[in-house]
Amino acid sequence: MSTTQAQGPVAGAADYLDQRTGIATAVKGFARKIFPDHWSFLLGEIALYSFVVLLISGVFLTMFFVPSMGLVEYTGPIASMNGQLVSEAFASTMKLSFEVRGGLLMRQIHHWAALLFMASIVTHMMRVFFTGAFRKPRELNWMVGFILMILGLAAGFTGYSLPDDVLSGNGLRITDGVIKAIPLIGAYMSYMVFGGEFPGADIIPRLFTMHILVVPALILALVGLHLLFVVLHKHTQYPGGGRTDKNVVGFPLFPVYVAKAGGFFFIVFGVIAFMGATMAINNVWNYGPYDPSPVSAGAQPDWYMLFLEGSLRLMPGQTEYVIGGYTLSLNVLIPAVVVPGLLFTFLAIYPFLEAAVTKDKREHHVLDRPRNVPVRTGLGVGFLTAFIILALAGSNDLIATHFSLSINAITWTFRIALFVAPVLAFWITKRICLGLQRKDRELVLHGHETGRIVRFANGEYIEVHKPLNDQERWVRVNYDAHKPLEIEPREDSRGVRRKGFKKDQMLQKLSRFFFEDRIEPVTPAELAAAHSHGEHDQLESHAPAAQLAATDGGAVLSDHTPDDHGHQH
Amino acid sequence: MKALAARRHHRLTPVVLLLLALLVTGGLYAALAPTSASADTAAVDDIAAGEKLFLANCATCHGVDAEGRDEVPSLIGVGSAAVNFQVGTGRMPMQMNGPQAVAKPAQFDQEQTNQLAAYVASLGPGPSTPTAEQVDPALGDISEGAAIFRTNCAMCHNAVGAGGALSEGKFAPSLWETTETHIYEAMLTGPQSMPVFNDATITPEEKRDVIAFLVDQREGSAGGLSLGSLGPVSEGLWIWIIGIGSLIGCAVWIGAKSS
Amino acid sequence: MSEHKNTDLTVTDGSNELDRFPDPGMPEHKLRMADKDPKAAKRAEAQVVILFLISIVGTIAMLIAYFTIRPDGTTESVRNANLALGLGLFFALMGIGLAAVHWAKTLMSDHEKSEERHPQRSSDEVREAAVAVLKEGAEDSGIARRGVLKGAVVTALALFPLTIVVPLISSIGGDWDIAKFKHTIWRRGTRLAIDPTGKLLKPEDITIGSIVHVIPDVPAEERNSHHWITEKAKAIVLLVRLDQSELKEAPDRKSWSYDGIVAYSKICTHVGCPVALYERQTHHLLCPCHQSTFDVADGAKVVFGPAKRPLPQLPIMVDDEGYLVAQSDFDEPVGPSYWERLK
Repeated sequence: MSTTQAQGPVAGAADYLDQRTGIATAVKGFARKIFPDHWSFLLGEIALYSFVVLLISGVFLTMFFVPSMGLVEYTGPIASMNGQLVSEAFASTMKLSFEVRGGLLMRQIHHWAALLFMASIVTHMMRVFFTGAFRKPRELNWMVGFILMILGLAAGFTGYSLPDDVLSGNGLRITDGVIKAIPLIGAYMSYMVFGGEFPGADIIPRLFTMHILVVPALILALVGLHLLFVVLHKHTQYPGGGRTDKNVVGFPLFPVYVAKAGGFFFIVFGVIAFMGATMAINNVWNYGPYDPSPVSAGAQPDWYMLFLEGSLRLMPGQTEYVIGGYTLSLNVLIPAVVVPGLLFTFLAIYPFLEAAVTKDKREHHVLDRPRNVPVRTGLGVGFLTAFIILALAGSNDLIATHFSLSINAITWTFRIALFVAPVLAFWITKRICLGLQRKDRELVLHGHETGRIVRFANGEYIEVHKPLNDQERWVRVNYDAHKPLEIEPREDSRGVRRKGFKKDQMLQKLSRFFFEDRIEPVTPAELAAAHSHGEHDQLESHAPAAQLAATDGGAVLSDHTPDDHGHQH
Repeated sequence: MKALAARRHHRLTPVVLLLLALLVTGGLYAALAPTSASADTAAVDDIAAGEKLFLANCATCHGVDAEGRDEVPSLIGVGSAAVNFQVGTGRMPMQMNGPQAVAKPAQFDQEQTNQLAAYVASLGPGPSTPTAEQVDPALGDISEGAAIFRTNCAMCHNAVGAGGALSEGKFAPSLWETTETHIYEAMLTGPQSMPVFNDATITPEEKRDVIAFLVDQREGSAGGLSLGSLGPVSEGLWIWIIGIGSLIGCAVWIGAKSS
Repeated sequence: MSEHKNTDLTVTDGSNELDRFPDPGMPEHKLRMADKDPKAAKRAEAQVVILFLISIVGTIAMLIAYFTIRPDGTTESVRNANLALGLGLFFALMGIGLAAVHWAKTLMSDHEKSEERHPQRSSDEVREAAVAVLKEGAEDSGIARRGVLKGAVVTALALFPLTIVVPLISSIGGDWDIAKFKHTIWRRGTRLAIDPTGKLLKPEDITIGSIVHVIPDVPAEERNSHHWITEKAKAIVLLVRLDQSELKEAPDRKSWSYDGIVAYSKICTHVGCPVALYERQTHHLLCPCHQSTFDVADGAKVVFGPAKRPLPQLPIMVDDEGYLVAQSDFDEPVGPSYWERLK
């Protein structure tokens, strides 16, 4: 490089930079790096880009927001607030919305982007989960992503409360109530969060620091790690011809992905800008400045926290106990700590659980089709069902008013549904997956239905099937159907009990739950057998002798074998 | 009314308001004075006509003496305000039993409603229908109204009057379509589940402030479509429908091979 | 290395490669319109240019809107300004986004390329070399031999964070006096005032079926402080008058009400939302946050929802001037439960 004569300013700058950084090596490596193309691989990008939009709009907002609970009298253009005592946080939110031109747009963009950030994280996680992209070597990256989701919740929660309005203030009050329910240390933790009794004068500045410094810094760092892992592992790819665990097929980073992914950033930002321009969000002037007395109907958190709200709403109150004079509020702890704990633990450990029951130590870079791992897919759908029921329960008052139902009846329905529906959803999904796998086998063995019915001389009707081409077949046969683990017996040949048998036995049970019901992919031998014993053969052998009349579409079967017909189409 | 409300934040607002108040007061006086002159003679006729209407339409449930029974409230002492609200919003006569009587197109015109109200008011003293001035949003203080609404009303009717759920299928209705007079009467009489806000706890001036606040909310949201003003749940619904929906659409387009 | 030792559980996948179909290889590449027809390529290029133009127009429109539209503070003017700025921004962004993607899809190469992957695992030699380096370093430092030094290092590193944590923890919770949860500013003789106007109340002001949101009467200037907001958060009360015949009262609380007027804490015993939805006909109080329902006519007992305890009752009476006043503070902590609540 250093020997190359610099020509023109660009080359000159490049030469200058490379002599000091050796950047050419990185450019050479990165510019033609291959990324596979699929719409579902862009879901994570939506999350990344909405985070960038959050940073941009967030910086704008910090220029005008005053994170103080100092009390001032509101004097501004909004008549419904005129002369009222509000905190500086609230007053500055009003000011940046109504007096800073473009401020309201930025505020709405920020809030919509936050909702989109969490929504895209969830959809991205769903994609990764259902396609098995978390398998070795990506378990650690799944954990990083999981922590990013938790941090996203934290960012949303800390930001939601900053304007110091009635709605978010009541949200904080609920948080305080949940914290207080924690055994032994709850009351002290409440003091720790609020700097004394709720609401005090400290919470807004504290949340502000968390919201604009600590949480985004952590998110930024982990996003970096998340992407580093993507580069290190190279992206996964969907199954298809020529795509193996040893290669990655797609388009080069430069120029195709720079244009596609870069363009997508502008599209994501554009959609958020459209929402900010046309749809009002979190009108804090409707709720008014925080005051501990009022509350409004429809007191709910942003959507990603609705499952917690729903969980609290569903829990019957009988479960508060006094033990030795100390109060144990299981009516709060179970819905607010145990339920989310279980949900999140399931998410966090799932890749490790699946690795344990498959004992699969290979690296996987080709994704699973969801149907090919019925139990995983079923568990995922069951999990989502539980999450959705909780979120709906958190909206039960709006369901009641919009569908003219009794809120008490809805609550009872959801209480039962929370236990029944996920199991049902799991079972149905698993059955559907197995059914789809059988359908795949059927297709591979017998080909597509063509809709062409032919009749043999002996009066028998038969539909002509068109065999799958290589690519179509490959997608349907290229998977592993894991079998349940087999374990060594409890006692060895000398009758000595071995250690670890119990654990193995448990794993085996779990493994059976996963892989007891399975559909094996079609093997070449099976296909050959189907061809030689199936109806094709029948048709073939009868065809020359028989007088065949086509009953559909007027086509007449000639001397050609059905296979020939198939290839002609 | 909307055009008026839109100008309220202007610098000249106080002057305009004052002029307006003068105009309205004058106009009201001019409008009301002749009727009040003939009121005494008309009143007797109204009560008689109202009694006929009552016997034909209300007595089945409330009884010929209007004393009510079991679940049906007595109408003695509820005043003309309650009648004007219940009949004027179409809640009464009730068509079928449900968690609560719901608003529907009114069965009687304003004159018949007034006659019914006059008859019920004659049965015993009770709160009467407010005057036009008492419910004129232009005379109310929006900020005061906001503070009172927030503490006393928002928990059921939602922060800007979009309505909300009560227990067992009952609900607090949206206030966006409700007339100023009916809002006033509802506060005063406490229909069905709603508590009574008498003139000692919320003064007539404060009631007018609340009306002014509610009318001001009808201008919609500064940020764009109000999404029903239902709060974070509807916002969450829209981020999935519009945000994720359209972006997945774009992603599919990006990932698809060009023809 | 260790993965080979773990043979207690055997994998019986039996994935014999001979049982498998062969990989058919990459599907045939299909040419796009723009690859086959120079006119189509020209058209695509024009489309991309137009999209970029839309973006430029959007940016200019946004800036024009910024400088020309000055909302006067009314809802409608703010909404229009927001819409103009936002749509300008939308076109500025969307134009670039769609142009770039369209360009990539129609004009850039769509030949899929294949790149090899390498296992994440380092080769055995590299691993051994890494272990050797670490061993050499550890040997060099003598950490294994010098036990006291090791202890000193670990202790010093473990202790120093205390210099930050201790001051932080001791200050972060204010005075840490959680006994404050047990008291409110209600005292014997504190007058009941209407929230938020501060008007005082007499029994005759409250008619049957009405509800009043009540705060303790303190001078107006004291209400402009955080101290007040924090005290108000515990002290808010609901006042309801019921027909004496409908009111069920515990024998020991008969004296806590006044002429059918009862006062209950407005703070939910579940997680602390203001319980404020009063249904006049059923005497039920409903919390809008989690739908705990309390029966005001029956000691504010829970009839539905996630709360367990009834709302605490404020004993009330009438003073010499005829105003409603508190008889005392609440006799139990208001609001949500906590571990030491009954201690």
